[in-house]
Amino acid sequence: MTTLIPGMATRTPETLTMASALNAAIRDAMVEDPTVVLFGEDVGPLGGVFRVTDGLYAEFGETRVSDSPLAESGIVGTAIGMAMYGMRPVVEMQFDAFSYPAFQQIVSHVAKMRNRTRGKIQLPIVIRIPYAGDIGGVEHHSDSSEAYWTSTPGLTVVSPSNPADAYSMLREAIASDDPVIFMEPKSRYWSKAELSLPVQTAPMTSAVVARDGTDVTLLAYGPTVKTALATAVLGAAEGLSIEVIDLRSLSPFDDATVSASLRKTGRVAVVHEAAQFGGYGAEVAARLTERNFFYLAAPILRITGFDIPYPSPKLEEYFLPTPDRILAAISRWEWN
Amino acid sequence: MSLNVESTRIPTVLAPPPLRLIDDAGHAVDDSQTGGFELPSHETLLSLYRQMVIARRFDVQVTALTRQGRLATYPSALGQEACEIAAVACLDGGDWLFPTYRDSIALLTRGVKPENILASFRGDWHSGYDYHEHRIAPQATPLATQALHAVGLATAAKLKRDSTVALTLLGDGATSEGDAHEAFNFAAVWQAPVVFLVQNNQFAISVPLDKQMACRTIADKAIGYGMPGYFVDGNDVAAMFAVTSAAVDHARSGKGPTLIEGLTYRIEAHTNSDDPSRYRNAADVDVWRGRDPIERLEKFLVSEGALSEADRASITEEAEDVAAATRACMTVKAVVDPLELFDHVYANPRPALAEQRAALAEELADDEMSAER
Repeated sequence: MTTLIPGMATRTPETLTMASALNAAIRDAMVEDPTVVLFGEDVGPLGGVFRVTDGLYAEFGETRVSDSPLAESGIVGTAIGMAMYGMRPVVEMQFDAFSYPAFQQIVSHVAKMRNRTRGKIQLPIVIRIPYAGDIGGVEHHSDSSEAYWTSTPGLTVVSPSNPADAYSMLREAIASDDPVIFMEPKSRYWSKAELSLPVQTAPMTSAVVARDGTDVTLLAYGPTVKTALATAVLGAAEGLSIEVIDLRSLSPFDDATVSASLRKTGRVAVVHEAAQFGGYGAEVAARLTERNFFYLAAPILRITGFDIPYPSPKLEEYFLPTPDRILAAISRWEWN
Repeated sequence: MSLNVESTRIPTVLAPPPLRLIDDAGHAVDDSQTGGFELPSHETLLSLYRQMVIARRFDVQVTALTRQGRLATYPSALGQEACEIAAVACLDGGDWLFPTYRDSIALLTRGVKPENILASFRGDWHSGYDYHEHRIAPQATPLATQALHAVGLATAAKLKRDSTVALTLLGDGATSEGDAHEAFNFAAVWQAPVVFLVQNNQFAISVPLDKQMACRTIADKAIGYGMPGYFVDGNDVAAMFAVTSAAVDHARSGKGPTLIEGLTYRIEAHTNSDDPSRYRNAADVDVWRGRDPIERLEKFLVSEGALSEADRASITEEAEDVAAATRACMTVKAVVDPLELFDHVYANPRPALAEQRAALAEELADDEMSAER
């Protein structure tokens, strides 16, 4: 599935974390396209609080990489103006819950500008949001805000789960003429892979089968892909063949790949960290049921965070979906 | 126990008189009182007068059309012509204007056709004009959001070493919004070539300025951000033009942003769905009618011998032509294509939208068939 980008020199294979793969993606995009600019709080000399922008300030200078005042609405709002003048801004929200001050700019302008101007103004902006928990973060540092963005028409919302996808999907997001909410699972920043950059994985808007199986389909994205894969290993030990699909793109939703898996297994569970009520899993379950009801052997399940604000670090292990909790949930289906 | 707000408030310091070049009676202000700003030439003032008269005629016409029920809504700028026209007059063709929903006459003055300005107020697409051709951003309804877009665009121009300046229009109510403050601060820190022109028309729908802020003037806020601020008589187009032009030159020469407050008054209601008699006195409105920006300039130009009867006749004729064109465009039925609903949401096609589009197309075909039967 991982292929080289045609025409681009291959670098020596190296061990990359997701954070360094994202860093390489921004660097390569900036080298290739002089209109790509990067800004946000702490992205300059510090290199971002997760070091995703490490070294870019030194390499490209202050005209292309700049620390902005600490104001998320301002970061997104000015990115809009820059995009209107032919730039391709990549901006960082630093932490999930810090994106909320920018909500107005994102939903009222980033998402709608193309439509309200009948395509005359398009906004090729990437809004990077480090999101989700499992890193022992204090409050306001572990939210999963994807449902807000996916229920907003006009936005493309994606989340990589591994270093190769992180590189490939971020390159594609920066090249896209549509605005992209790029959700980076913080707990996966330090995950590693051996890669020869540049890599090109499946198109950003498609889901992929991360592990084949025949009995159950687990739908996961971002941080929960690892959880789902661990569940599949545990399930295999119990004789259960679990297929894991990494959705990668939350909006648009890849109906074809997911429905094909559903029609094969007949049993689907969605796994995410965000709260359940009104969450992304509800949309997935409803959508799949409408299209595949007669192929379902059991109701679609959601294994998610509880319907509570993200808890304190000492309690997050009780909140996050675990392989055991997923296995327990699917074992409650009627099996025959 | 109730808190007495009045007693806890810091006493308001009296605002200084706003900067003006021509006073209410139409006389040139003494040079010692003009802050170093010079009266524009007769030729410039005559041109500004002409544009204000045309804008007023358009505004009155559109308000009339709204009262006839031919437009869904229209926020009038009657009485605010001096701010609006100065904003446009000091820009070059390559500069960008970031207007609000109330700034339709600025669009008219920058060359947008009446039918295109009114497209969205008629209930059609919010895309009546070519943004790039006119260098005007879409009129913003969420308050102060467009000020940040102006800062971003101006910064991009600076990065590209273009001489482009962005001028954004805000209302007094919008300065209570966080985005206004973020825009002022970003612009000052980044030394963005942007001009913020706040039209202080003294009401945010029904809420008066003293319930929006506790400081003397909006222009005073500039000090806190580290940029020049000017408190100007917003009904004196000579002063508005002189100060705004200076701010545009300041931005273009790389010296950064300026905040200008034009003190004016909203003569009409907020929109046709609002009843101003509930929140303001008729006497106050009369006072402000007496400070009309067009009459003031007219008195000055006449006293200077710079406005002839022939000028008046040709300006009136031009204004009536614009009004006629505005009325005429209302008789043309807007053509809408329901399937266009799906066409502009994304640059990259989406299968799910294609499905919804197909479903609507099928509904429309069914409707057509049953209509034929």
